[in-house]
Amino acid sequence: MELLWEISIIVIKIVVVVSVVMFHVAYATYFERKVIGRMQMRMGPKEVGPLGILQPVADGIKSFFKEDIIPLNSDKPVFYLAPVISIMAAMSALAVIPFFDGFIISNINLGILFILAMSSLGAYGIVLAGWASNSKYAFLGGLRSAAQVISYEVSLGLSLVGVMLLAGSFNLNDIVEAQSSSVFGFYAIPQILGFFVFIVSAVAETNRPPFDLPEAESELVAGYFAEYSGFRFALFMAAEYIGMIIMSSLAVLCFLGGWTVPYYVLYLFPFLGAVPGVVWFILKLYACIFFYYWIRATLPRFRYDQLMALGWKLLIPLSLLNILITGIAKLII
Amino acid sequence: MQVPDLIPVVPEILMTILVLSLLVIDLFIKQKEYIAVYTVVGSLLVIISVFYCTGVTFKGMFVADSYSIFFKMIFLINVIFAAIISVEYLKKRASLYGEYYVLLVFATIGMMIMASAGNLIVLYLGLELMALSTYVLAGIIRTDGLSTEAAVKYFLLGAFSSAILLYGISLLYGITGSLDIREIGLYIAKEGIINNKLLLLGLVFFITSFGFKIAAAPFHMWTPDVYHGAPTSITAFMSVGPKAAAFAIFGRVFMIVFPALSGSWVNLLIPIAILTMAVGNIVALAQTNIKRMLAYSSIAHAGYALLGIIAASNEGLSAMMNYMLIYLFMNVGAFILVIMLNNQAKVGDSIHDYRGLSKSNPLAAFLMLIIMFSLTGIPPTAGFMGKLYLFMAVVNAGYGWLAVVAVIFSAISAFYYLRIVMFMFMNESIEEVKLSLVDVNGLLLIIVVFMVLFIGVNPQPFVELARLAIL
Amino acid sequence: MLNQIIFGYFAVTMISLALIVITRKNIMHSIVYMLILFFHIAGLYLFLNAEFLAAIQIIVYAGAIMVLFLFVIMLLNLREELRKSRFAITWPIGAIFVVLSAVMIIISVFGNRFANVGNVKISDIEKVGHTVAVGKLLFVEYLFPFEVASLILLVAIVGAIVLAKKEIK
Repeated sequence: MELLWEISIIVIKIVVVVSVVMFHVAYATYFERKVIGRMQMRMGPKEVGPLGILQPVADGIKSFFKEDIIPLNSDKPVFYLAPVISIMAAMSALAVIPFFDGFIISNINLGILFILAMSSLGAYGIVLAGWASNSKYAFLGGLRSAAQVISYEVSLGLSLVGVMLLAGSFNLNDIVEAQSSSVFGFYAIPQILGFFVFIVSAVAETNRPPFDLPEAESELVAGYFAEYSGFRFALFMAAEYIGMIIMSSLAVLCFLGGWTVPYYVLYLFPFLGAVPGVVWFILKLYACIFFYYWIRATLPRFRYDQLMALGWKLLIPLSLLNILITGIAKLII
Repeated sequence: MQVPDLIPVVPEILMTILVLSLLVIDLFIKQKEYIAVYTVVGSLLVIISVFYCTGVTFKGMFVADSYSIFFKMIFLINVIFAAIISVEYLKKRASLYGEYYVLLVFATIGMMIMASAGNLIVLYLGLELMALSTYVLAGIIRTDGLSTEAAVKYFLLGAFSSAILLYGISLLYGITGSLDIREIGLYIAKEGIINNKLLLLGLVFFITSFGFKIAAAPFHMWTPDVYHGAPTSITAFMSVGPKAAAFAIFGRVFMIVFPALSGSWVNLLIPIAILTMAVGNIVALAQTNIKRMLAYSSIAHAGYALLGIIAASNEGLSAMMNYMLIYLFMNVGAFILVIMLNNQAKVGDSIHDYRGLSKSNPLAAFLMLIIMFSLTGIPPTAGFMGKLYLFMAVVNAGYGWLAVVAVIFSAISAFYYLRIVMFMFMNESIEEVKLSLVDVNGLLLIIVVFMVLFIGVNPQPFVELARLAIL
Repeated sequence: MLNQIIFGYFAVTMISLALIVITRKNIMHSIVYMLILFFHIAGLYLFLNAEFLAAIQIIVYAGAIMVLFLFVIMLLNLREELRKSRFAITWPIGAIFVVLSAVMIIISVFGNRFANVGNVKISDIEKVGHTVAVGKLLFVEYLFPFEVASLILLVAIVGAIVLAKKEIK
């Protein structure tokens, strides 16, 4: 009975998380188009519903009813499998993210490592899609993505080592708690180097502009999913946006204090203590996602060799330096 | 936090410092010859340190005893020789000069760790360190198809043999619950499980993988191709170093872990040794390429050295160690001459290039004669003394007939070694070659030949050194 | 009993997956099965309470090494390979050796005996956490092999550069 109760709680949590996240994914596209539109002095979507608010719904319906085209000579089982791998890898990572104090589907000790593992699996979806499509553009997109994801995974993982060292745990709950009791209230300041490396690598890891080489439309049509249409295409898009949400949550949890507010802010403005944690979490998350859109609208795309040089010659040495400094600091204090 | 005793590891640490500084120096130095000089000087310093750093540390994982010291001496002399003979050779061939020496030193560190391994994990890691470096070294001339082929073959077969070794280690760990060489030996003796089938299977895996590393038949298939394809300086390096290192772990593992099973492994090793001597000596007869011939000769010498293990006694072990030292000198000597001829653009690796060498270069031909005598085992050279001690050990262990077999194969080997001598002294040369003995290679050749004669006439100090070094 | 069933599932599945991996004609399919195999290995680690190893298994093997495999395979001309016959002509000889070795190993397995169990219990590991336990073991007990392993990685880096760098004249 006890077991049944626990399982049903978990199922309820999963349903809540997935529906909230899918809702956010849908409106993240809307938000993106609006934000970028404003930044480029345009209006963004405005026809479907008031202020275009129903645009994501229309998009969803469209992709659902579109014809599912499978290219000739494609490797069918792999072609079917690729988007599923992408979305599954992205979704599983949601399981270990604590959205506010005590709300987490599975509170495992290896939270960060689990997220890193899942984000590295996302590369399979992309590479296999590129390969199975039997198309030059998709193939090149897949190759680029494989190299990019591997390179930036290293710096992504290393940039988080400083946080792990400071918190002494892989558990995201523990990391947030350790931050709220630290001097600055969040790790973005003591881990400024790690934070910088993390932001850049996270953008590259999710294949977002200015590192969207795998899907650079001006050279590769749409990159690895050039041959996908309809619902499979939507799965890839959803995986990309979920990836963004996960990376933003990781930034919030590891560097920005999660659902907590620094104690000195509370001391200055005691009334803020009444705001529930989930609100802080979501506000910080939105800020991070906004940052994604902001740099997309601002920065031009990198050239491929520049991307590799940035990853291997700047970010990895920087993150190693960060680990060294953090280690020494931890030893002294 | 207690710091482990680092004194026994000092030679390895020094070597690591040497290799890391080499990597950095290579960036700034234009005169690449200085890298070789730096390697030689560094290794000489390490040789001195080897004798002063003894003891057991890291909870028995690292054992710097007189046994390992003897082998480390061989490895370091070997790397010094290899560094010297590479200078001329590399100028014309490889562009990555610094990395070449870095990998040489890395391989040597691996061998040193192997010789000192008191734990199977350390043993395996040392072996991998050595093997990885030599795989790359074999293929360092990338424009040469043979060199690349050698590297790929060596890598694939080496990876298999490492996997087999790991399987053996895992079986041993499962049965005895320990990775410490000494503890496993004690456990086997205490429990009396010498007839355990799984343990015997582990033993077979160990023999297979070590047999691969020492190039014993039937695990020798890679040797001719790799020795032929690899750059000659590397062939000289790896026909001694990795072989001696493999013999070091062979001796240590079999004498400490499996002494109770000696009845089983001696029975396994005797056919292997006979087959190795047969394959090495008989196939060498048919070779016309000197590098391939020396490769088969190296297989044959592994067969002789195996006799020392078969004796399963301290006497046999010290004879094997002594033989490895002697083999180092005579093998390097042979390769120096090959390299000197290689460096003359006109001549290649064929044994016919040695025709009439005595007319144009009497001294070089005479030195080669001594080396060839020594490889055959003719007194008063060192090769004779080395074989004598090996055969004595086997006879004393009760395998007199095996010594007879080995002597017969030695007699066969005279044919192909002395054929070179015949070519040099009794044939007319096709092409005139002028070799200079006043450069580093020539001086090294003279030193090596002197050592071969010196050990041949006066073997006592070296035998004593090896005898001190028993386990 | 449950333990045996779970282990049995993992063992049987892993062996069958390994067989599938080596018999696929299409390397891409092999890789997908290999990926599933890695997940099973990770599952077996989890089953042994070695959660850190499980995570590393996924990150390193599935996330990095297999992706590199994919990368290299994509650079090869796979469509050509698909038309060739699956095995080399000498495969019966290899098969004979495999069967003989398998028989040898199976016979030997009956001699299996277990050594003394070590004095660290699972409950001890749970108390400090698996990551901490692994870290302590690596950096205290096995410090020397750990450092040697770092040298091996350095050799691998240097070797890769030596073999792949552009020729400098």
